Amino acid sequence: MKIRIHVSLKPGVLDPQGRAVHHALDGLGFAGVEDVRIGRLIELTVADSTSDSDLESMCENLLANTVIENYRIEKVGQ
Amino acid sequence: MSFRAAVVTFPGSNCDRDMAVALESVSGQQPIRVWHGDSALPERLDFIALPGGFSYGDYLRSGAMAANSPIMREVAAAAQRGVPVLGVCNGFQVLTEAGLLPGALMRNASQHFICRTVDLTVENTDSLFTRGFAAGQRLRIPVAHHDGNYFSDEATLDRLEGEGRVAFRYVENCNGSRRDIAGILNETGTVLGMMPHPERAVDAAHGGTDGRTIFENAIRALAHA
Repeated sequence: MKIRIHVSLKPGVLDPQGRAVHHALDGLGFAGVEDVRIGRLIELTVADSTSDSDLESMCENLLANTVIENYRIEKVGQ
Repeated sequence: MSFRAAVVTFPGSNCDRDMAVALESVSGQQPIRVWHGDSALPERLDFIALPGGFSYGDYLRSGAMAANSPIMREVAAAAQRGVPVLGVCNGFQVLTEAGLLPGALMRNASQHFICRTVDLTVENTDSLFTRGFAAGQRLRIPVAHHDGNYFSDEATLDRLEGEGRVAFRYVENCNGSRRDIAGILNETGTVLGMMPHPERAVDAAHGGTDGRTIFENAIRALAHA
């Protein structure tokens, strides 16, 4: 089973990297970019029997730092 | 007096030797070197140091992989028993990732790696690490980091300040840290995490000895314990 873990900074947490990329997009002349936030995509291939609670534990214990990050688990099929 | 200190080395630690040299120069006793994959710490430890560096190449997040290494379970158990733990730079990042200290250390607000000597103020003078300082005393200690931007939610920051657990603040905020925080203590004051490197300021040849007092304080506190 393929899983995508989307890790993003919580709202209100400053994202200096996103801000720098925002400036760069402005510099390239793309008008109308209002905000840029940079996250992380983690793709896992796991046994079909892997439980939702195991996936959540993986995120809570290692893949995301819940002090600063949110995560979303997406199942993308076989 | 015996002073049994351990310095933990993770793959990618690069200040472990400096930490060991600093501890030996202050205590007169050679610390025990411990490897991240060890499943046990030496017995009867008086002090544990987690050094700076780039453990596991900063993969995933700084300190995240090291926080889950076998030795960290033992470090957490020792901290729980009251063994003093000092985490410097990457060691501080490991302590937050391991949940031994609150908050997180994010990329510097400037995005730049910062390597220079900075001014700090001593905020807490009650802990075993900081007892020898005067409140508000200025220290000059080097920083060298990319991810030193201390973040915590407002409630946690208020709690840290209310409980006197901010150990050091930057005089000029060099990395975007919330409330200029450079170092914090756990609830019992026995775990200290700080971004500046006291082990790089223990000898006049380093350009200053302000870091030395932190080690001297810890050793003195243990002698009187």
